[in-house]
Amino acid sequence: MRRVSKIAAAGVVSAALALTATACGSSTTSDSGSTGGSGSASSSSSGGGGKTKGVGMAYDVGGRGDHSFNDSAARGLDKADGELKLDSKELTAANGETESDRVQRLDSLAAAGYNPVVAVGYTYGTAVTTVAKKYPNTTFGLVDSVVDAPNVDSMVFATEQSSYLAGVAAALKTKTGKVGFIGGVQNTLIGTFDAGFAQGVKDTKPSVQLTREYLYKTDPRGFNDATSAAAKAQGMLDKGVDVIYTAAGLSGDGSIQKVAGKSGAWAIGVDSDQFQDPALAKYKNSILTSAIKNVDVAVYDLINSVKKDNKPKVGTNSYDLANNGVSLATSGNFLSDVQAQIDAAKQKIVSGQIKVSSTP
Amino acid sequence: MKKFDKDRVLLGLAAPVLSVLGALIVTGLVLLASGKEPFHAFHVMLTYGSKSDSQVYILNKATPYYLSGLAVAIGFRMNLFNIGVDGQYRLAAFFAAAVGGSMSIPGVIQIPIIILTAMVVGAAWAAIAGVLKVTRGVSEVISTIMLNSIAGIVIGFFLQDGRLGVTDKLANTITTKPIPPGSHLFNFTTQTDPVVGFIVFAGLAGVVYWFVLSRTRFGFDLRSVGRSDSAAQASGVSVKKMVVVSMLISGAMAGLVGMSTLLNQSYQFSTDFPAGIGFTGIAVALLGRNNPIGIAIGALLWAFLERASNGLEFEGYDKEIVGVIQGAIVLAVVIAYELVRRYGLARQQRQVGAELAAAGSDDKQEVTA
Repeated sequence: MRRVSKIAAAGVVSAALALTATACGSSTTSDSGSTGGSGSASSSSSGGGGKTKGVGMAYDVGGRGDHSFNDSAARGLDKADGELKLDSKELTAANGETESDRVQRLDSLAAAGYNPVVAVGYTYGTAVTTVAKKYPNTTFGLVDSVVDAPNVDSMVFATEQSSYLAGVAAALKTKTGKVGFIGGVQNTLIGTFDAGFAQGVKDTKPSVQLTREYLYKTDPRGFNDATSAAAKAQGMLDKGVDVIYTAAGLSGDGSIQKVAGKSGAWAIGVDSDQFQDPALAKYKNSILTSAIKNVDVAVYDLINSVKKDNKPKVGTNSYDLANNGVSLATSGNFLSDVQAQIDAAKQKIVSGQIKVSSTP
Repeated sequence: MKKFDKDRVLLGLAAPVLSVLGALIVTGLVLLASGKEPFHAFHVMLTYGSKSDSQVYILNKATPYYLSGLAVAIGFRMNLFNIGVDGQYRLAAFFAAAVGGSMSIPGVIQIPIIILTAMVVGAAWAAIAGVLKVTRGVSEVISTIMLNSIAGIVIGFFLQDGRLGVTDKLANTITTKPIPPGSHLFNFTTQTDPVVGFIVFAGLAGVVYWFVLSRTRFGFDLRSVGRSDSAAQASGVSVKKMVVVSMLISGAMAGLVGMSTLLNQSYQFSTDFPAGIGFTGIAVALLGRNNPIGIAIGALLWAFLERASNGLEFEGYDKEIVGVIQGAIVLAVVIAYELVRRYGLARQQRQVGAELAAAGSDDKQEVTA
């Protein structure tokens, strides 16, 4: 007993010593570090090139690897990167952030010299307004929201149109006559998916019954909560729903996984072509199609306009079915039997014969 | 006797130091396992976290953490596990924002009204759990965690167009009506961003917490119930009353958590109002051992770590590593305090044993003599 406590005491003392030692060590190295790089903390990782910095990406919760919304933006960056060899920086939002976190993220990217700075997701709206004012010579991209400033490219997508087509596909493919919609957060943006899908289903087969569920009323973690999406999807499957359209970012993985567990049931992906996603390859035979939002096209356009043409694309830019900013995926060929009807619906939307409502 | 006190101070310091060190070792191992160099990561955290704008950020972020830690600690002192701080502060901030947005009277009157509303709502929400516990024996752990969820639903119900919310079509958010500029709380301007003025109130709350718990009869009763409710009952303390009252105070304190964001930063409650601070408060209170200064250190450490995560991400590390550090610290704190407590106990026993042995040998000498 006595020996044990002596060992413990020795441990405490050495621990205390070690802590002071490490503290001293870090502070001296930090001095040498700050004299070395006069700029910001990023100098060491960026390779020390004196050239202008590349693109600063600020993702929404979920980040690169969400197989959906953020990945779509990341593809735009990767494409531009492949052609222009950019030295870019990617940062990601966490759950439960405050406005100051988002402002800081954009600010640090702009301060480090990244241009353009792309804010992926509507949550950055206010932050872009603030930071764009502070850095008038940097171009900012904002996905899914509109900020009226001379150096901001507001990219908005007519997702109700692609969701309409998803609704057409769902109505034609359901065997039980029941389809479901799962939204990440009940807000205006996700409302456009909901509205388009519902209208597409109704216009195609009025008898089909639609169940709508939202993961969260207001909390943006709805885009990063696969568990609750899985629970909602399971609930729908148990009630006989056999086509589920999930518009919830990374949460959609949970829903797709549950749907894949039931034979004959179909999942409809969102934002990216989720059939092609390697991480979802296990479930791809259950992914009927995806309502694609070509954030990559918009992001690529912006990067190109800044880096190559030197004529930043600013203002509000809309992406819809007509200019291929949104579309319905065909990979997997599960829709080949109904493709004609989907194409017909698409034509009607493009020509203006069908007006898709953006509010449920 | 003097030497004894010094040992106690050493013992008191040993636990937090051990736990932070333990957490750093664990994190270092995790970084090594993921093929990254740990010392550079710690260096990045220190340099990035000590920049002037980082300091401001840390103070601003630590303010709600501190209040949340205090709210949880009041419960801890009573042996009550108030997990409901999260729901209490969000509901409180929401109704305070609604009240603040619907009035435009001079700030001197309106700001206290907003703060009072928040405290009353927080207290009322916590009281539900307290009343359920004393009348129906419902564990406050269960009821408060469910009330968190219900608070979110209540907010979702009222935060809609036509009720207490205003939709911002372009920004995809629903907010309460903004609080008029006359009722924005003062800020401290610095070279970079301003420091929230509410930090003063947070400091005051800490002083009140210390005073009430350690310098008043009420605080003594509260702590005695926490140590042993049967003993407290025997000495004439109404345990049931104490449970309800301490839940009320804990809830009122929780009501203050959202105020720095509301009165100094956002001026409105929107769908992206920060959530989860109530749970951070549990970790912070554990770290600070329910001591007002300890909680302040815990809150600052937490804020520092979160700030440092941005620096890590910029340097190509995964920012999730900070989550590992935070988790490891909480675990290590619990373990370290238990180790130190046992060590202290063993040491005490040894001392008593040594004294007894000395006395015993005296006796022997007398006998042999």
